[in-house]
Amino acid sequence: MRFLPLVAANLLRKKARTLLTAASFAVALFLFCLLVTIRAAFNQGIDAAGADRIFVTNRTSLIQPLPLAYRDQILKLPGVEAVTYANWFGGVYQDPKNFFPQFAVDKDTYRDMYGEFRIDDAAWQAFLADRTAAIAGATLAERFGWKVGDRVPIQGTIFTGEWNFHLVGIYEGSKPTDDLTQFWFRSDYLLENLPEGYPDGLIGWYVVRIAPGADLVEVCKRIDERFANSAWETRAQSEKALAASFVKQMGNIETLMLAVGAVVVFTLLLVTGNTMAGAVRERTSELAVLKAIGYGDRFVLGLVLAEALGIALLGGVAGTALAKAFTLGGDPTGGLLPVFYLPDGGAVAALALALAVGLAAGLAPALQAARLDVATALRRL
Amino acid sequence: MARVGSTAPSEALICLRGVAKGYRRGSEDLHVLTDVNLDVESGEFVALMGPSGSGKSTLLNLIGGLDVPSAGTIRVAGDAITALSRARLTAWRARHVGFVFQMYNLIPVLSAFRNVELPLLLLPLSKAERRERVATALRVVGLADRMDHKPRELSGGQQQRVAIARAIVADPTFLLCDEPTGDLDRHSADEILEMLHHLVAEFGKTVLMVTHDPRAAARAQVTFHLDKGELS
Repeated sequence: MRFLPLVAANLLRKKARTLLTAASFAVALFLFCLLVTIRAAFNQGIDAAGADRIFVTNRTSLIQPLPLAYRDQILKLPGVEAVTYANWFGGVYQDPKNFFPQFAVDKDTYRDMYGEFRIDDAAWQAFLADRTAAIAGATLAERFGWKVGDRVPIQGTIFTGEWNFHLVGIYEGSKPTDDLTQFWFRSDYLLENLPEGYPDGLIGWYVVRIAPGADLVEVCKRIDERFANSAWETRAQSEKALAASFVKQMGNIETLMLAVGAVVVFTLLLVTGNTMAGAVRERTSELAVLKAIGYGDRFVLGLVLAEALGIALLGGVAGTALAKAFTLGGDPTGGLLPVFYLPDGGAVAALALALAVGLAAGLAPALQAARLDVATALRRL
Repeated sequence: MARVGSTAPSEALICLRGVAKGYRRGSEDLHVLTDVNLDVESGEFVALMGPSGSGKSTLLNLIGGLDVPSAGTIRVAGDAITALSRARLTAWRARHVGFVFQMYNLIPVLSAFRNVELPLLLLPLSKAERRERVATALRVVGLADRMDHKPRELSGGQQQRVAIARAIVADPTFLLCDEPTGDLDRHSADEILEMLHHLVAEFGKTVLMVTHDPRAAARAQVTFHLDKGELS
């Protein structure tokens, strides 16, 4: 502690430079945190996916439907505990730019299947009581300023026509990776009001929960075998595998964003490190004097490192805090990254990175200072 | 009394025997000091004079433990400093040597108080003890009212007085002054020399001073001359 004034005085020697160096760190760490956030956003589906849930789609494609009649047959298969189903609606709210996922869900089983979403009982009862009822995620409701009781008109694109929903509840998540941008309404409302010419009795996909102790792979196999060689063959896979396949499809975009961001971060850190090294070099004479009056090699090493780490920490904390504040504002892309938050681990990693770079940037000049030959340095004065 | 050339065993505060210092520059061997024998008693004010490149500062660096000789031994207050490791030599300097440089070499971002306090930070002293000792040192050099000033807010003479306060604050065994008046006007130089004289006369300090200036050397009790690495 007694050397703190010396460290502080050196940091404040050139305030503008210290501030700019810390600001460079802050910008680099802000970007790093955004990259972590984007990566987490891309992978949130995998994190959020239930380990005991199977996603059953049409074997041909996710967008091809399956018969509603499969529900009872799946439920009878060994290892299956519960089944629910849903439809992709794909409507437009006011403007096509206002994208958010809309699902027509089975009112009797959907809530039980997705226990991680928190909906109060009164809201769910209202959902059960009203055929036009809808429930929105908290982030989605906040985005459009919806309140319970509002009417939400959505223009159908797959299921054409204008559909009016009555918002009866807002759901919350139980963990940060839960997607709070979904819009649920009752599938019976959709199936009973299909536009003319649409085949009846079809749904988009099933979600199956396996019984405790059941083998997920085995249950998937049973489901696919049950409907093999039928007109509507299935493809059953774990929810995590499905989420991972989505991430894989987006993989190039993610890789590109991460690569560009990483180059920017790395470049900024190099520049910052070089500035810090230069700041130490210009103080060679002062360090020589300190050593002359009795400060040891280790002290000088520690002094230079403390200054480097001080700047790194200052910038790192500022950048991470800014990033945290930015991500608290939610998805800036308007729907591409529904779960947009900086994980705690990411913030810790950012601070660790800041300190590591501060250490790396300070190490070379610190070692140089520690090895400084006092007599030689004093001769140059 | 300080003397040169003696090779007999000595109990002097500073005792150099057969000290030589050489450097290698490319393929050439440079002999800066050759067979230097010097005894300085406690409480003496000794001046070292000589032309540029004669080895004055090198000799001062060797006595101050900033450099090691190529040959010979240096004993200070009974310690053979030529046998000490780099780390122990650093600790030894903190305890025994006060340095005063030509260009003052104060830390520009620290106040006079903080500059003088620097050597005390290495000692096991409380904050109050440090404050008292710094105040005393600044009072001795006549700058008690300037303790919060940064070096740039002080004149050259005042900066050198702060440097002297820094040199004496830890009560070292002796002071090494390398051209302490070399960057000062006559008036300031006289003040500094008077102060060094005062430290010797009133506080019994031992001072070794390198100087080009005959008027400065005249204030010392003994003056030695270095020429081509030989002390006389």
